[in-house]
Amino acid sequence: MEIPKSFLGYKRENGRAGTRNHVIILPVDDISNACAEAVANNIKGTIALPHSYGRLQFGADLELHFRTMIGTGKNPNVAAVIVIGIEPKWTKRIVDAIATTGKPVEGFSIEGVGDIDTIAKVSKKAQEFSMWASEKQREECPMSDLWISVKCGESDTTSGLASNPTVGNLMDKLEPLGVHLCFGETSELTGAETVCEKRGKTPEAQAKFKKTWNDYNDFILKEATDDLSESQPTAGNIAGGLTTIEEKAFGNFQKIGGCQFIDVLEPAEEPTKGAGLYFMDTSSAAAECVTLQAAGGFNIHLFPTGQGNIIGNPIEPVIKLTANPLTAKTMSEHIDVDVSKILSREMNLSQAGDELIKSTLRVANGRLTCAEALGHKEFVMTKLYRSA
Amino acid sequence: MSNTDIIIHDEKDNVGVVVIEKITPNQDCNCWIMENDKSISIQSKDEIPLGHKIAMIDLNEGDTILKYGHDIGKVVKNIKKGEHVHVHNVKTKKW
Repeated sequence: MEIPKSFLGYKRENGRAGTRNHVIILPVDDISNACAEAVANNIKGTIALPHSYGRLQFGADLELHFRTMIGTGKNPNVAAVIVIGIEPKWTKRIVDAIATTGKPVEGFSIEGVGDIDTIAKVSKKAQEFSMWASEKQREECPMSDLWISVKCGESDTTSGLASNPTVGNLMDKLEPLGVHLCFGETSELTGAETVCEKRGKTPEAQAKFKKTWNDYNDFILKEATDDLSESQPTAGNIAGGLTTIEEKAFGNFQKIGGCQFIDVLEPAEEPTKGAGLYFMDTSSAAAECVTLQAAGGFNIHLFPTGQGNIIGNPIEPVIKLTANPLTAKTMSEHIDVDVSKILSREMNLSQAGDELIKSTLRVANGRLTCAEALGHKEFVMTKLYRSA
Repeated sequence: MSNTDIIIHDEKDNVGVVVIEKITPNQDCNCWIMENDKSISIQSKDEIPLGHKIAMIDLNEGDTILKYGHDIGKVVKNIKKGEHVHVHNVKTKKW
């Protein structure tokens, strides 16, 4: 198949392009959720991103909180941002960082004003942003404007046999076009960590991966009270035939095809070394991982599943594929791309990769994913440790 | 091409994955090795559902299970060729 050279996206002020055109109402902290949700209820075309954290965090955990908030606002799938916090200082820090993209952003704080007057004030600004964003048109953008993140979930052995290699096939075909790519799931590479380390393009990238994986594994060994069975692998993984974390890891690893990673990113860190594949240090929990990748600036996500994970994200469209024929049948409303014919050998990997490229472009051009149509918008912050 | 009942990733692997809804005891199964496109056959001993693994050889306690050509865990209870391989007879070497 000849791979298309462009898609229709929203060009942003900083040169990036979005596959979506969201106006988001971003609470800085848990207690500002009510205000953010009230504004999103008032003003059509806006979406609130409630979450559970943002108070009394410190050190690396607080930095990750800011990175996730700021990265979410900067993501090119977002046209304009309203930030609401209980107090002005952290709110302003987030607003100022998002403003570097050139997109409209405004912050509000609740202390000394109260919810009701804040909601009235914010709603006026949100209405202005929503109506402004509604006039944005899709334009032709080069394929290199696609930043594709990947993560699998509720995997089973069909993931490692077919749906993950299909994503790998897409990576092999799109990497030469200058696309940014990202995989993560540090814990789910356990067993395949030395094989993965060797995929680092440079000795620096390899060393960085090794340290990242070792740190995560040390943490797991310190906190684990058993062999993690039913957490890793999950009960769903086990029902689907996956026996050990090592087996899951080698299946997981199929998603990067033959690509080499050029750098290792902190959670929610934006890549800066140009096009190519990046590894991001993330949890293997679906919503946490995708939230971090979206905050890293990725604008479209590929999610292979075996037993049927149903995750979505509020700003980054999540495309699901499965090779499990039972899942494709029983959970069809969640599956964007069915590659189960690989197992019956009626379809080969390259054909499946082509199908996935076509579906990815349709979604990039505006087609809703199953998860979007079903209203899945899991925005889940990663927390590193207890608050002060 | 006859129907494929079991797919094996790598020629070195000592387990295969069932890719039909299930296989039944004493079923003669067609296996396809992805790595070299070879076909082999095996007779099952257990009922094994879609996605679950079958032992391609006799395996003893302490042996290593190979899949994708790599170590994916250790045998904790002897397994006969054709039997179901899963959490009841294989454990992780990590954690």
